[in-house]
Amino acid sequence: MQELANIFIKSIFIENMVFAYFLGMCSYLAISKTVKTSVGMGMAVIFVLSITVPINYLLVNFVLEKGALVWLLGDEFIDIDLSFLSFIMFIAVIASMVQLVEMIVEKFSPTLYSSLGVFLPLIAVNCAILGGSLFMQERAYNNITEAVVFGFGSGIGWFLAIVGIAAIREKIRYSNVPPALRGLGITFIITGLMGIAFMSFMGIKL
Amino acid sequence: MSKNALFSKKNRSLLTDPLDDNNPVTVQVLGICSALAITVQLKSAVVMALSVIFVMCVANVVVSLLRKFIPSRIRIIVQLVVIASLVIIVDEVLKAYVYDVSKELTVFVGLIITNCIIMGRLEAFALANSPWESFLDGLGNAFGYGWILIAVAFFRELLGAGTLYGYPVLENLGIYDLGYENNGMMILPPMALVTVGVIIWIQRMRNKKLIESN
Repeated sequence: MQELANIFIKSIFIENMVFAYFLGMCSYLAISKTVKTSVGMGMAVIFVLSITVPINYLLVNFVLEKGALVWLLGDEFIDIDLSFLSFIMFIAVIASMVQLVEMIVEKFSPTLYSSLGVFLPLIAVNCAILGGSLFMQERAYNNITEAVVFGFGSGIGWFLAIVGIAAIREKIRYSNVPPALRGLGITFIITGLMGIAFMSFMGIKL
Repeated sequence: MSKNALFSKKNRSLLTDPLDDNNPVTVQVLGICSALAITVQLKSAVVMALSVIFVMCVANVVVSLLRKFIPSRIRIIVQLVVIASLVIIVDEVLKAYVYDVSKELTVFVGLIITNCIIMGRLEAFALANSPWESFLDGLGNAFGYGWILIAVAFFRELLGAGTLYGYPVLENLGIYDLGYENNGMMILPPMALVTVGVIIWIQRMRNKKLIESN
């Protein structure tokens, strides 16, 4: 339990997708103009990350890794290592899951669909999602619960970052920013300052 | 376009526009993720820039050749497959020849797949233009991306670690004897954002028409 809590806190604050690894920056910059849309996008990212990371975890451990095919095809496949295929498998899983999630949400919860709707297709090319799966593979989590917690925590970290910057950008519209720095430039610098603030969480361990 | 005019004025501007006026990173805001994450050292930035140049040019040409055959409903998947296959090639080559750099880049080689610069150019340009023009567009945009990457890495490595390409420049110049200290802050992730912010600031001071409203 303690290990899970540790992964959760770490993925939200210390290894925050935006501030520590700059993942999902494109949508982060493009959609953070108002708090309302950024909440929608953040929710969609949490949703998709907590689904795709565990699925890709199963894929890595039961299909792609060296010797992972033994359970299915018997001992002579112990030397087969398909991990070079992981990029293309991950992106296929993500693209199809996004499509599937979109269809399911549209059918069963039209209100959620109307708030997430526009953002779901954008997510397939959001690098935070693919990054989540690649980090999961690199860090080799022990079991699927850890992978779920990692995916969910990273999503929350991304959500916090985009809502925070959107709130600041709404306020900064009334400030006197130097003309050449307006818009993109000041957003970069503010994100940098937020990143420095998040660095104060470094070293926290439960 | 006449067949002989391989370097007509229009084609030259395809190549040069993305370097400044229409830079993918600072103006189109594409491909930021990797531009920031791997700029601690000049060496990894150069390797990353070369990888993106390769993937971008080949993907642009391939998609442009296929543009009349791809049904528009499934074009995103087709583009992702083209890009992902190229990235797998790059990843295997890096692992084989420059293993230490490949270890340093970790997941960011894989993330070239979702680098929006490549998807963005495929969508916006290669799907509607001939292979040669798409090649130039890819080359121009990849260079525009590459020089920002290398500029950021230059300042971060020089100010943060006092080296360039692993070579201890400041130590050999004897600057430490004058009481200079490395600024360890530059190595930390947030300073990459600030460095890009400053590059954008300088570019827009020079180029007034890029200034945004608040």
